[in-house]
Amino acid sequence: MSKTLFDKVWDAHVVHTIEDGPQILYIDKHLIHEVTSPQAFNELEKRGLPIFRPQQVLATADHNTPTKDQHLPIKDELSRKQLSQLSENCEKHGIQLYELGHKYNGIVHVMAPELGITQPGMSIVCGDSHTSTHGAFGSIAFGIGTSQVAQVFASQCLLLTKPKSMRIKVNGKLKKGVLPKDVILYIISQIGTNAGTGYFCEYAGDVFENMSMEGRMTVCNMSIEMGARGGIIAPDETTFDYVKGRKFAPKGQEWENQLDNWKSLPTDSDAKFDKEYTFDAEDIEPMITFGTNPGMGIKINGFIPDQNDSSLEKSLKYMDFKKGESLIHKPINYVFIGSCTNSRIEDFRVAAEYIKGKKKAKNVTAWLVPGSRQVEQQIEAEGLKTIFTEAGFELRQPGCSACLAMNDDKIPAGEYCVSTSNRNFEGRQGQGSRTLLASPLLAAATAIEGKIIDITTHLN
Amino acid sequence: MEKFISINSRAVPLPVENIDTDQIIPARFLKATDREGFGEHLFKDWRYHKDGSKDKDFVLNDSTYSGKILIAGHNFGCGSSREHAAWALSDYGFKVIVSSFFADIFKGNALNNGVLPVQVSPEFLKKLLKTVEEHPETQIEVSLENQYIASPSFEGHEFFEIDNYKKTCLMNGYDDIDFLVSKRAEIELFENRNELARVSD
Ligand code: SF4
Repeated sequence: MSKTLFDKVWDAHVVHTIEDGPQILYIDKHLIHEVTSPQAFNELEKRGLPIFRPQQVLATADHNTPTKDQHLPIKDELSRKQLSQLSENCEKHGIQLYELGHKYNGIVHVMAPELGITQPGMSIVCGDSHTSTHGAFGSIAFGIGTSQVAQVFASQCLLLTKPKSMRIKVNGKLKKGVLPKDVILYIISQIGTNAGTGYFCEYAGDVFENMSMEGRMTVCNMSIEMGARGGIIAPDETTFDYVKGRKFAPKGQEWENQLDNWKSLPTDSDAKFDKEYTFDAEDIEPMITFGTNPGMGIKINGFIPDQNDSSLEKSLKYMDFKKGESLIHKPINYVFIGSCTNSRIEDFRVAAEYIKGKKKAKNVTAWLVPGSRQVEQQIEAEGLKTIFTEAGFELRQPGCSACLAMNDDKIPAGEYCVSTSNRNFEGRQGQGSRTLLASPLLAAATAIEGKIIDITTHLN
Repeated sequence: MEKFISINSRAVPLPVENIDTDQIIPARFLKATDREGFGEHLFKDWRYHKDGSKDKDFVLNDSTYSGKILIAGHNFGCGSSREHAAWALSDYGFKVIVSSFFADIFKGNALNNGVLPVQVSPEFLKKLLKTVEEHPETQIEVSLENQYIASPSFEGHEFFEIDNYKKTCLMNGYDDIDFLVSKRAEIELFENRNELARVSD
């Protein structure tokens, strides 16, 4: 029978099927961080259970970490406690931890792929919804709750009902200035924030085939924002080139064996999906969001929809925008380039290319936060740091930073922030803060101008 | 986990769509390392103004409404995977969340914590909200065993779906860990088989 990429990877991990019920799915890699793991460790201890496969668990500290003075003790007591608890738990159970200050520390969805931990055909979970990022390699990767973290600790498996399959195709060639972030913001604005609920989504077509691994990660990362459990892209030469030679990538004969397996993964040509969407690359423009969910996005030179809809009205009230309005020339005081969506080296290259030789507007606080220590070093090695500091941007240390208003990096109430992160929910970046999601290019341009500009006319 | 069979209670109406887990429990309350006490921070930024005073207009601050059932708008629980959202709802005292649509991860998290997500049709949701808003004393009945939700104060009831396995777990107070640990031998067999397949490749 013909199978989709998702079917192939999923079916290869089924240990057992309960009649009329869920399946037991084997998990190859379990990534953990400080926020969603402590209660799971407690649960196991309460039951007197050991961690079943500690070598298959990998930990990092990212959500609750400061992005300044990381060598000093953490000021906030609760944060410090949460991080030291992670260290203690990992130590006790023999789990590899890349804690704050470690050369491999970083946001879990940035550091795992760059170390070659994420590989095609794997099943990967993490107590974080943006685990969907790792699907960019042709693996099944999704976020789980803390009870499930405990389940994986106890058995290296999860009880799950197989999601339905959907495919989004984007064919054609992207216009100048249209980045992977725009592609995914466009898709979500078209199909809505719950079109994917109950589904696993494969991205296919020219646009994704021609996209870099970094770009594919940006797209898969936001799959959860349309409700999908995860996103997945067929592994190809781009994927293999990226994985090859990384720290945890297979080597020698093992590499050859794996490669054969990986090449057999793409969706069979006559496989069926439960739902399909097709878009044209030429229709996509640079995007920005105006509301309080990631589906509320418009083309940069477009207008806020003028409809009678209570959730639109509620979010416009929060954002202090009006129906039918354009966002061009809106003054912006905060710009954030970072988060697991856009904090990889390519994102900083895009920003640097635009920023080079320009100066940040006076009214703007501009934070650049690399996704990992390795990205941070690469920024320096490639000379981007000088470009940023000369332009007046603040390059901080790696972490989730202003993506979620949990650590010290918060946007003040009432302020607008053009952000490369993935969520514009009420208060997501700080109580009362207002987030506009965009690509690193648009974020960089906003910081230079101090207001939102029509990047399309600027580029032409 | 406590057993869940059926419940009769008043309900709290919250007719907002796309309620995300950042609203249910804002990130700044996720620094705790145990599960207790999250109820206090449930819907924190909707319940309280920035200066710490209560927002009288928010339904949880309105003594007219009470009960173990929360009736919410479409797409409840979207966003972050934080199970703290389910803990906060449960700790506050909610046993059932009714909506016309739930986000995936939230649904699983709720079930793993003995909170029952009841998905009803948009029409039924509308009717239910209207009844409760107009008559806050209305009793709502939710039967897990027979999978329906009803109220004596209006005609009709609606059946809801739940995975058979999950239903059994909830009714008996079991959870997935117990089950998975009982399958360890089979899991090891699976690991060995895969290891062998790799070597003989
Ligand atoms: S960067 Fe933001 S979305 Fe990504 S893992 Fe951290 S908090 Fe979550």
